[in-house]
Amino acid sequence: MKLQRKNRLRAVALGAIAVSGALVLTACGSDDNSGGGSTGGGSTKAAGDIKCEGKGQLLASGSSAQKNAMDLWVKNFTAACKDIQINYKPTGSGAGIQEFLQGKTAFAGSDSALKPEEVTKSKEVVKGGQGINLPLLGGPIAIGYKVPGVDNLVLDADTLAKIFDSKIEKWNDEAIKKLNPDAKLPDLKIQAFHRSDESGTTDNFTKYLKAAADKSWPYEAGKAWKAKGGQAADGSAGVSSQVKQTDGAISYFELSYATANSIKTVKLNTGASAPVEATSDNASKAIAEAKIAGTGKDLALKLNYTTKAEGAYPITLVTYEIVGDKGNKAETLPAVKSFLTYIASTDGQSVLKDMGYAPLPAEIATKVRETVASLS
Amino acid sequence: MDITSATTAGSPAPPGKQRSSAATRPGDRIFLALSRGSGLLLLVIMAAIAVFLTVRATNALSHNEGSFFTTFEWNANATPPVFGIAVLAFGTIVSSLIAMLIAVPVAIGVALFISHYAPRRLATPLAYVIDLLAAVPSIVYGLWGALFLVPHLGGLYSWMNDYLGWTGIFEYNDGAARSLFTIGILLAIMILPIVTSVSREVFLQAPKMHEEAALALGATRWEVIRMAVLPFGRSGVISASMLGLGRALGETMAVATVLSPSFIIGTSLLDPGGGTFAQNIASSFKESGEIGKDALIASGLVLFVLTLLVNGAARMIIARRKEYSE
Repeated sequence: MKLQRKNRLRAVALGAIAVSGALVLTACGSDDNSGGGSTGGGSTKAAGDIKCEGKGQLLASGSSAQKNAMDLWVKNFTAACKDIQINYKPTGSGAGIQEFLQGKTAFAGSDSALKPEEVTKSKEVVKGGQGINLPLLGGPIAIGYKVPGVDNLVLDADTLAKIFDSKIEKWNDEAIKKLNPDAKLPDLKIQAFHRSDESGTTDNFTKYLKAAADKSWPYEAGKAWKAKGGQAADGSAGVSSQVKQTDGAISYFELSYATANSIKTVKLNTGASAPVEATSDNASKAIAEAKIAGTGKDLALKLNYTTKAEGAYPITLVTYEIVGDKGNKAETLPAVKSFLTYIASTDGQSVLKDMGYAPLPAEIATKVRETVASLS
Repeated sequence: MDITSATTAGSPAPPGKQRSSAATRPGDRIFLALSRGSGLLLLVIMAAIAVFLTVRATNALSHNEGSFFTTFEWNANATPPVFGIAVLAFGTIVSSLIAMLIAVPVAIGVALFISHYAPRRLATPLAYVIDLLAAVPSIVYGLWGALFLVPHLGGLYSWMNDYLGWTGIFEYNDGAARSLFTIGILLAIMILPIVTSVSREVFLQAPKMHEEAALALGATRWEVIRMAVLPFGRSGVISASMLGLGRALGETMAVATVLSPSFIIGTSLLDPGGGTFAQNIASSFKESGEIGKDALIASGLVLFVLTLLVNGAARMIIARRKEYSE
C-alpha cells in the first residue's frame, strides 16, 4: 500500500518534471523562433558589411533601452564572426558607465552622455585618451494614453507639461479641448504615470519638457522624476502596463512598448502644419536636426527639442556607446572596432526600424563610422 | 514539560553552574565549543554587516547636499546628490503599522480557532494552509496585489471615503489603489502565517490544569480563553507580532510591485504615493552610480537600526509582562 503510493507519487513527480521541462523547452524554442524570424533577413543582408578583426570575448554593459537592438546586432555580428563573442549585460546606464570606468568592460551603453567628472575619471582607464560618446541608436519616446472613446489625441508640449505636473487634472480640460476640437473628451480624471526608477527615458522626456515648455515645466531635467503628483511605476514595462489597465491614464515610454501592448499614442503639435505621430521615421527626422555638442572625437548630440520641421517627432532618445578615443586595451580594440563599425553601418542601422528604434541620420552615422575607424 | 523547560531557560543562573561542572565529558565539551562558536559567529556576522553599512553610508552622507532626515527627495545620482529618508521612514512605519493592525487580531482569532474551537479534522488542514501562505514567494504576492487587489479595492476605498473621508487620512480621489493602505493590507496577508503559527503554538501550551480548573468553576469556553489562555500567551503573541513586524518592515518585492512610489508625505493613506526603505533600494539600485548605491546603503542602515529598535522594544515589553506567563 505504502509502496504503491510512493510509486504513484514518483510517477506524478516524473510527470511534473516532464511537463515543466517541456514548458521550459518550448519557451526557449519560441524565443529563438521570434528572434530568428526577425534576424534571418538582417543577418543575410548584414553579412556584406561585417569585417571580422580580432578575436576573443568582448564584455560590455549598460543601458537597458539598447537591449533589444544589442541582442539583434550581436546575433548578426557573431553569426559572421565566429571568433568573437560579445557579452552585453543590460545593467542600466549608470552601472554601465561605472563598470567602464573601472576598466571591466570594453565599451558601455548609456542613455546619456558622460558627465564632465566621468570624462576626467575615464582618463585613468584609457591611458592617454578619454571616454567619448558615440551615438548609435535613436528612438521615439511615445506618449501612450487610455481614454475611453478617444482614438486620436493631439497634445502640445505645454499641455503635456501641465498634465504631468498635475496642473491639468481632467481630460475635458479647456486646453485639451482646444487642441482636439472634434474629440469627445470625457469628464475623467487624468492619471499621469511616471517612472519610479531612475531612467534615461525620464531624462530625455524631461529634457524635452524643459526645452519646449519652459514656462509650464519648472523642474530641472534628470533621470529621477522631480515633479510632484501623478503615480509611479517601475520600468517601461511597468508604466505601459499601468496605462493599459487604467482608464484616464497617460505615460511615456519607448515606442516598442506601445506597439507591443497596443496602446494608443499621442500625436504631437510641434508647430508644424500637421500633428506628428511617434514613429521611427519621424524620430529620425528630428535626430537629423541635432547638433554635435561634443568636442574632438566626442560625438555627444544636442537634440533640437523645439524643432518645427514637418514630420519631425521631437521627443526622442539617443543612446550612446562609450569607448576610449585612445588607449583602449590592445587585445579587445580590433573586435570593438569591427563591432562598432558594423552597428554604425547602413545595414546595422536599417535592421532597427522594425523594432521601434530610429536609425541614425546618414550624416551622423558617417561621422560615427569615421570616429570608430580612428579609435586606437 | 514544555513549560518547565521554558522557565528554566528564562532564568539561566542555576543551570549555568550545573552546566560548567557537567561539561567535563568530551561530548559535552565539543558541543559547548560548537554552540559557543556558532553564537560568536553570529555576533561577528552582525558586526561585519554593521561595519560595512556604516562605512559605505558615511561616504554617501559626506556628499549629501540635503538633510538626511528631513529632505523629501531622493536624487542620489544627481550632481550634487540630494537625498533624505523622511518619506521612506514614514512609509515603512505606517504601512507596517497598518499591516499589524489588520494581521494581529485576525492571526489571534485564527490561532484560537485552530487551537481551541475547530474540530481536529478541520484544525490540521487549516493550520497547514496558513503555514503554506508563508511559502509563497513575495513577488507572487506582488503580482497578485498589482493585478487583482489593486483593481478591486476601488469600491472599498470609495466607501471608506464616504464614511471616513472627514478624518482626512481616509480621503480617496479615484486613482488606482496603489497606496500605503493597500500595501498594509498586502503585508498583513504576508505576515499572517508567522503570527498565527507562533500564537497557535503558544496557545496550545496554555496549562491544561488552568483550563480545566476554569471549566470546573463553570466558565464558558470564551471565559476559559480569556482567563487562562490569553494571559498565558500574551508575551508569546507579542513576540510573534514582532517577528511579523520585522518581516513587514523589510518586505521588498511585493511593495515595489504594488506601490506607486513618490517622495511626498500625503495626508491620505488611500492616495497613491509614499515609499519604503526596501522598496526604494530595490527600485533605485539598477541605475545607481557609486554615490547612489552608498546612499541606498545608508537608508538600509536606517532600516537596520529601526529593526533593532523594534526588536529591543519588543524584548522590553515581553520582559515587563513576564509575570503573566509564569
